[in-house]
Amino acid sequence: MYDVYKIRQDFPVLSQRINGKPNTFLDSAASAQKPQCVIDTMYRLYSSCYANVHRGAYYLSEHMTQEYENARKIVQRFINAASEREIIFTRNATESINLVAACWGRKFLKPGDEVLISQAEHHANLIPWQVIAAETGAELKVFKIADDGSYLEEEYLKLLGPKTKMVAVTAMSNVLGTVFPVRKMAEQAHMAGALFLVDACQAAVHHALDVQQTDCDFLAFSGHKTYGPSGIGVLYGKYKLLDSLPPYQFGGDMVEKVTYEKTTFDEVPARFEAGTPAMVQAIGLGRALQYMQEQGMENIAAHEAELTDYARGRFAEVKGFKEIGTARGKGGVFSFVLDGIHPQDIAFILDKEGVSVRTGHHCAQPLVERMGYTSLARASLGMYSSREDIDIFIAALQKAKTFF
Amino acid sequence: MTIDELIENFDLLDDWEDKYRYIIDLGARMDALPENLKTDDWKVHGCQSQVWLVPSVTMEDGQKYLDFQGDSDAAIVRGIVAIILMVFAHKTPQEIKEIAVENIFAKLGLQDHLSPSRRNGLAAMTEKIRYYASAL
Repeated sequence: MYDVYKIRQDFPVLSQRINGKPNTFLDSAASAQKPQCVIDTMYRLYSSCYANVHRGAYYLSEHMTQEYENARKIVQRFINAASEREIIFTRNATESINLVAACWGRKFLKPGDEVLISQAEHHANLIPWQVIAAETGAELKVFKIADDGSYLEEEYLKLLGPKTKMVAVTAMSNVLGTVFPVRKMAEQAHMAGALFLVDACQAAVHHALDVQQTDCDFLAFSGHKTYGPSGIGVLYGKYKLLDSLPPYQFGGDMVEKVTYEKTTFDEVPARFEAGTPAMVQAIGLGRALQYMQEQGMENIAAHEAELTDYARGRFAEVKGFKEIGTARGKGGVFSFVLDGIHPQDIAFILDKEGVSVRTGHHCAQPLVERMGYTSLARASLGMYSSREDIDIFIAALQKAKTFF
Repeated sequence: MTIDELIENFDLLDDWEDKYRYIIDLGARMDALPENLKTDDWKVHGCQSQVWLVPSVTMEDGQKYLDFQGDSDAAIVRGIVAIILMVFAHKTPQEIKEIAVENIFAKLGLQDHLSPSRRNGLAAMTEKIRYYASAL
């Protein structure tokens, strides 16, 4: 049985008091808290077996290398990739997507080609394409979503065509919570002759991923959102594709042979991991993914779905509360406006009540504007979120209303 | 109201709720900035909400004095703007340079009550005022 109160005990931050109040952390979609086992793993590495990876012929380096490469295998199993060589460690999903845009885009995009994204993309899955399109003479196309945030298949298919070379779509919107049917979309993209990249930043936290079943060509997510450390991200790519790409950056640990005249580059994935990697973070990420799997991805999804229903039921009690993004089957991300009160004002009052929510454009400025706003407040759930978090949130909203 | 009177008023308020209500009230009582001045030219960047500050200069006995109008689309920040305008009302560029706004906010007991992002907003507003003063 999924015992959220037992899980909460694994996250030391949650027992901290904020402004003298219980820590009601509702900003996991921006970055999630870390379980003790991840903190312990990183502490252990720094205090008992730290050394650089892939270099020294001595015990500590061998040991770190083994743990680092094991983390790669954990990631491989977490997303069900065919081989661990398809897993590249990056700084975060932003770097993962930039890597694809730079390495694949620069090599394969030609004038007249199109890259297709949705209106619901985070800046990280928008700007890299905008820039590489401008650089290569390709065009960035954006397909529409519905006013309630729902995916519209006809809009996608309208813009998907023979010129489309890449479709890059979020599996779950960080603003609206909309879940996009990436498996079917990938199939349609492939039929049109395009590649398919999944931004799984939000999805990786809430659902089991399976890159083989989805049949995506690339997939990106960030460690800090999946209860792992900051500074580590993942790029999955099909091996053949990765093997056809030039390196992203140049330096140590990615070369086969270097002379003053010429360098030949190492195989995938080393080719894409120039310099000393964030190895402690990578191993910490591996522990975080294991922790999620120990709790069971289905259990996490079920808990969050139940809590999402509970939260949305309680929102109805708050007069003037408007949820932005109400697509069917949406995840636990609730952007909202309240009675015309500025989101920042709401956040200030909530903060005094120990409730952390995000405000602003959520790194998705065109999307927030498309929904008709310049700024939104957002509450989001994690695996440790409880009904009490929602109750405190609702009470704090009612209190905030009395101020304005 | 002078800044000393404001500090006295704040002293009478002991919890954050009353202080916030008072700040919101200060903002509500401040004259709104005319819509035609709410442009990018007068915007203070580095604040989470929209903030505008518009300087005006008067000459008295050969000495330049600065005054400001301001506004924000968020109510609490609007109150902070009202306090800032009070702090910097009718000052010479030299006086503006010497005002330690952090100390005033500490005296108001607002230091602990300002979230880091808003403290940045406060810093951005002060910086902008100092910039206008230095450009005279």
